[in-house]
Order: sequence, then structure tokens, then C-alpha cells
Amino acid sequence: MAAARARQNGLWQRVKPGLKTAVFYGFVLLFVFAMVAPFLWMFISSISPQYELVAKPPHWFPEEPTLHRYRALLLGPEPGQMMPMAADRFLNALGNSLIVSISTTIICLITGTLAAYPFARMRIPGDHYFLLGILAAQMLPVIVIIIPLSLVMQRLELIDTYRGLILLYAGFLLPTVIWIMYGYLQTIPRELEDAAMIDGCTRFEAILRVILPLAGPGLVAVGAFTFLSAWNEFFMALIFTASETKTITVTVTEFSTQFGIDFGLMATGGVIGSIPPLLLALLLQRYLVQGLTAGALKG
Amino acid sequence: MTGARRKELQLAVALFLPAFLIMAVVTIYPLLRSFSISLRQWDLMRPELGQPFVGLDNYRFILTDPLFWDSVRVTAVFVVLAVSLEICLGLAIALMLNRPFHGRTAVRLMALLPWAVPSVVNGIMWKWILNPSYGALNGLLLQLGLIDQYVIWLGEPRMALLMVVWADVWKETSFIMLLFLAALQTIPHDLYEAATVDGAGTVGKFRHVTIPLIRPTLFVAVALRTIWALKSFDLIYTLTAGGPSNGTAVLGYYTYLKSFVALQMGRGAAAAYIMTFVVLVVVYFYQRAIYRGVEY
Repeated sequence: MAAARARQNGLWQRVKPGLKTAVFYGFVLLFVFAMVAPFLWMFISSISPQYELVAKPPHWFPEEPTLHRYRALLLGPEPGQMMPMAADRFLNALGNSLIVSISTTIICLITGTLAAYPFARMRIPGDHYFLLGILAAQMLPVIVIIIPLSLVMQRLELIDTYRGLILLYAGFLLPTVIWIMYGYLQTIPRELEDAAMIDGCTRFEAILRVILPLAGPGLVAVGAFTFLSAWNEFFMALIFTASETKTITVTVTEFSTQFGIDFGLMATGGVIGSIPPLLLALLLQRYLVQGLTAGALKG
Repeated sequence: MTGARRKELQLAVALFLPAFLIMAVVTIYPLLRSFSISLRQWDLMRPELGQPFVGLDNYRFILTDPLFWDSVRVTAVFVVLAVSLEICLGLAIALMLNRPFHGRTAVRLMALLPWAVPSVVNGIMWKWILNPSYGALNGLLLQLGLIDQYVIWLGEPRMALLMVVWADVWKETSFIMLLFLAALQTIPHDLYEAATVDGAGTVGKFRHVTIPLIRPTLFVAVALRTIWALKSFDLIYTLTAGGPSNGTAVLGYYTYLKSFVALQMGRGAAAAYIMTFVVLVVVYFYQRAIYRGVEY
């Protein structure tokens, strides 16, 4: 009797760690499924032919996968294919998003890093208030100032122009860029710069030759963040763009025909529109998490 | 003032100026102008009335508008539910993943997916998944036998609000998780060993080691998420357009409707300023959290 129980106990002791591991991996799988499944379903929908898209119960794996929606969006519709108006402009919108996001990133990196430098390194009278203002500006919802903003945009004739959208995005993203770079620059030892200045560099030269190369990882993180934010921005693009500069986020919401919303095409647009930010996030994940954590936590 | 000091200040101004000019045009000037608009009656549908100064009338109108209070209620429910779910889930998952296991790097990479997807695409995606006739959720739940007929997920205000929360949680939790994971990894292992020696159990270690050490991250995550949730617009615009019967019209959406659908600029600006005030209160706490965080 006792021997049997001991044997059973021994068995339990051997099974227990295995069971624990199994439960653990079960949770991991559940988490991964929850993260990936919705997006995966959007992708599957984008390659399902129309009849499978409206099948009941849903065809989890399409029997006749097709790329015709991708072809239609990127290369133009085939003769006779019904397309919502907005779909014709898809490639154009993709280009607009690229132009605006890249320009915004470049402008933010240059002006933002320069602006962060004095706060990280020099004695500025009242710098505390400036930093507080910058912190608060990061939180400002666009909707709060959208009315006067549209007056400014009209006055400066910037509605539906690249310049206008880039200016807006830069204005809204700069506080965050300055804040993160301010935190990052503080982690670079001051001595390196002092040494360069003793060697005869002016302060500005020291910034260019010593600080900028060392700030590389911070710049990568901030650059990725800026690009992503500009690419994903919707509200300002909705209000301030029309036929010329409409971006991808606005365009994908407009895929409807007289027969209703074309979900297959929307899913396709959604997948394509997510590729650039996804690639960027995956390639730069190390910098992103580090940089943004540092930026969010540094005071 | 010495010459060197003057030169330093000149350089500081020169370095700050380009960024300042951009921010001045885009945020500072409009913020001031917005205030002056909020004190005027300005109806784009009736331009013949001009823009007379009306004092605080717009604020009075907004604060007595039942729709405004509905949107405050919707916002409060949305923010509290979404943020608490995201923080709790994010922390729980981070605790779970904070150990070596096969495929850890891959899981972390995948955690960036929801975060990188544009909010608009998130809205479209869930609108399709929740579609009452062809949606994947109905199909899945029916196949699993959890429902016996298709549910109209976005057809009823309360359910629709829950679905908006759900979509927001899907998008935001994983980055919160990554933030917590980064914080957990900075905790020295000795502390846990010392706690074990002192006889602390799993719960004790969590309460007395983990929580105090990740408190700065916790504060920052709560404050940042709260502020972002208060600003939510894109997701709601694409998923529910504020409906049904204003059941998901958060403050931002209410302001949008006043300004761009009703075209009442003065009232829109007043609503916006009231919203700014709410955000500022949260920012105040956020800023305190940050300065407290530095003490570590």
C-alpha cells in the first residue's frame, strides 16, 4: 500500500514539471494566437475569392486563393472588374504616404535633435518650464486645435499639399522627438565632447562629430517612431487632404461601391498599408523598445 | 554675463529655433486662437451672423448638453475598461514571458505586430471580424457551439462599446507588455534570492520585490495609456462611427461632430478646451509619476 503510494508520488514528481511546461507553452500559444489571428484573418480574407468571403460557415482556409485584389490595387483593375473610386488612387496614396512620412522623419530628426541638445547639455534659464511645456505638448489631442489649425492651413494655402501635411506632422511629433532625444543625449558622457573641444573643435563641430555618431541608436529609435506615427496618422490627413495628397490610411477607409463596403478590398488595402510599419518595427525592434522605454521613463 | 556664456545662449537659441518655429505654427498659435474662438458664436452654416463675442455661452451650452455628458460617460467607461485591461493583461503576460523558453525572440517580435498596425486598419479589421453576417467571430463561436445564432456585435450601444474596448486592447496590450518586460529584466536576480531566503512566497516576492521596482514603469504606462485612450478617434471613426445611437461617441468624436458635422466652430472649440482640461489633469499626474520615477 505504502509502496504503491510512493510509486504514485514518484510518478507525479516526474510528470509534474512536464505538465507545468505544457501549461506554460499552452499559455504562450494562446497569447500568440490572440496577437496574430485577427491580422492573419484579414490576410486570408484578402486572398479569398468573393464567394468564399461570404461563405457560412467561414472558409478558414480558402480553397481557391487569389491575388486578384492585390493585382487590382497595385496594377489597376482588369477590364470589367468593379472597383470603388478610391481604389484607383491606391498606388498614388501609397506614394503620398511614403513621401510625407519620410520627409517628416528627416525634418523631425534634424530639428528635434538640435533642439534637444541645449536642454541636455547647457544651462538654460527656465529649462524646467520648457521641458514641462514639451511634455504637455506631446499629449495635446489634435482635435483640440483642429479648427484654428484649419484656418492657419487655409491662410498659408497648405491644404492638400505635401508641405502642409509634413508641417503638421512635424509640429505634432517634434515634442516627442525632443523629449526622447533629450533623455538619450543625457546618457552620452559629457567628457567625450569636452575632449573634442579641448582638441580645438567648436561646440557645433563637437556636436556633429562626437554626439551625432554616438546618438545613432537613439536616432534610429526616434526615426522609426516618427515614420510609424506619420504613416499611421489618420485624423489630420482626413481633414486636410483631398485628391492630391490623400494618404493610405484615408484611402483604405473609402473602399465602398454603390453595392456597399468592399471588405475584401479593404482587407487587402489594410494588409498592404500595414507592411511598411510592420517591416520597420520588426527590423528595428531592439532599438524601438529600448529607445522608447528610455524616452518614456527619463525625467 | 561673460562672452562665453552669451555665446552659449546664442547657440542654444539657434539650435532650438527651427523646432520652435514649427511647433509655434502648428500647436502654440492654434491653441491660443482656439481659446478666442471658443468665446465667440461662429456658425459656418449661418455666416451672416458673423462671429460675435459671447463670453462663456459656448461653455455653458456644452456643459448643459446631454449629448456631451453622454460622451463623457462613454469616454470614462472606455478609458477605464481599456486601460485597466491593457495594464493587467500586459503585466500578467510580461511576468509569464520573463523567463527563458523556446521561441522567446519570435514571440517578442510578434508582439510588435498589433502595435505597428495603423489604428484605421485595426478598425477595418475588427469591423470585418465582427460583421454580423459573414464575420469570423460569429463563425468561430457558432462552430464551437458557444452561440446558437449570429450575434450583431455592433448593433447595440453597450455591446458596441465593449467591442471598441476589445479592439483597443488587442492593439495596445502587446506594447505595454514589452515595456513591462524591459522593466522586469532590470530587476537584479539577487533580490529574488534574498526574498526567498527571507521566506517570501511567489505572492510575497511579487508584492515586495517586483511591484516596487517596476512602479515607475507602471505609473508611466497607466498615464500614457490613459492620455492616448482619451484621444481615441481613428478606431472609433472606422469601427462604429460613434454609433449606434452615440453609444461609442467618445469626447473626441463629440468634438469632431460639433466642429465638422454641425459646423459650429465656437461650440466645437469650447468642447475641445474642456477636453484639454481633462487631458491636462492626467498630464499633471503623469509628470509627477515621471519625476518620482527618477528617484530610483
